[in-house]
Amino acid sequence: MIPAASNCIELMPQARFEMNQRRAQSKVAHLWDLLDAVTDPEIPVMSIWELGVLQDVCVTHNQGSPAVTVVITPTYSGCPALSVMSQDITSALAKAGYENVRVEIRLAPAWTTDWLTGATKNKLRSYGIAPPDSTACPQCGSECTKLISEFASTACKSLYRCLACQEPFDHFKSI
Amino acid sequence: MGDKKLDDQIAEYALRLGDDALVFGQRLCEWCADAPTLEEDIAISNVGLDYLGRARMALQYAGKTLGRTEDELAFLRDSGEFRNLLLVELPRGDFAFSMVRQYLLDEFELLFFTQLCGSKDDTLGAIAAKTVKEVRYHQRRSANWMQRLGLGTQESQARTQAAIDQLWGYMPELFEMDELETSLLQAGIAVDRLELHSKWLNTVTAQLASANLQIPQIDWQVVGGRKGVHTEHLGHMLGEMQFLQRAYPGLQW
Repeated sequence: MIPAASNCIELMPQARFEMNQRRAQSKVAHLWDLLDAVTDPEIPVMSIWELGVLQDVCVTHNQGSPAVTVVITPTYSGCPALSVMSQDITSALAKAGYENVRVEIRLAPAWTTDWLTGATKNKLRSYGIAPPDSTACPQCGSECTKLISEFASTACKSLYRCLACQEPFDHFKSI
Repeated sequence: MGDKKLDDQIAEYALRLGDDALVFGQRLCEWCADAPTLEEDIAISNVGLDYLGRARMALQYAGKTLGRTEDELAFLRDSGEFRNLLLVELPRGDFAFSMVRQYLLDEFELLFFTQLCGSKDDTLGAIAAKTVKEVRYHQRRSANWMQRLGLGTQESQARTQAAIDQLWGYMPELFEMDELETSLLQAGIAVDRLELHSKWLNTVTAQLASANLQIPQIDWQVVGGRKGVHTEHLGHMLGEMQFLQRAYPGLQW
């Protein structure tokens, strides 16, 4: 396991930086915060923001009533979780009183696991999923592991087995 | 504003790419619950899902110009209106046949979508950028299977070689340029398929040779999918794929 050492500077991809900027400079920070409650339906410890799916949030006012546009990007092109995330976004905003919500899907830039930050990767590991850049066992930490299948329970994961503790585990595919 | 003729051409091009992905995705999903091992079952279904996603992106895009939804395009066209390559509509055959087809297509798609990333059409470029990542992953697995099957048992080698021999005549269609694609190539939108051929052939020949498999010398080839001239197999496949929408029009989950 490679722990995120405190004396390392984590390099951030340009696209992740731009996403962070959009959020930091947004006039509707409360809406971004609200959407932090929306998680990946298959990995509930990770929000759509941490996953890199949530790209932008804009509000326009039409005769006083606010219209919200939420821009998301798909992980894998066929991932069925995307439509669930869209519904969850709409209902999270509806609960806060925003009835007029449009979810827009943007394809570029193409999603990559490079957008997951060190903190998110640690969350995945604690949840029992080896993060993209590591195939060490999330249970016991052993690096002595073996690929069982390139594909696993969801489009974004592959399946490994730990040769030390013998437990199988999911690995978040690097893409 | 827009150039109507160019928009129509781009829609037709997107339709071709969408149909390739849709028909192939459907064929892959036929393995669901029927693959030789559980891991392969999951792998093939996952790959199929990637194709389905790609089909949706391309058909949504084509449908914008054509004035039809992705579902209408998928479920309400007859075989003569489909524009997919013949290769992808062939029945799945045995496991060797399905893996050889996957491998030959993966190597092609890797080259094709890498090129398409640079398309002057932003949407096609964005679809390609997503696709190429997934194809790279598919290719790793299918190339690995060529090794395992070719260097496995006498039976697996023989079946894999037989699949290559059967599929080889469907390869030329991958590299066929017609008037539409030539015109879009000149506009900086489409990929030059011809240009990909020698690189593809070299890669495939070397990979297969290292797995004790040979490229056959054959004197036949079949083309026609882009014009809507299909094998009898497509109709049967659509019969199953489209049944629900034909029997219960407009039905939704």
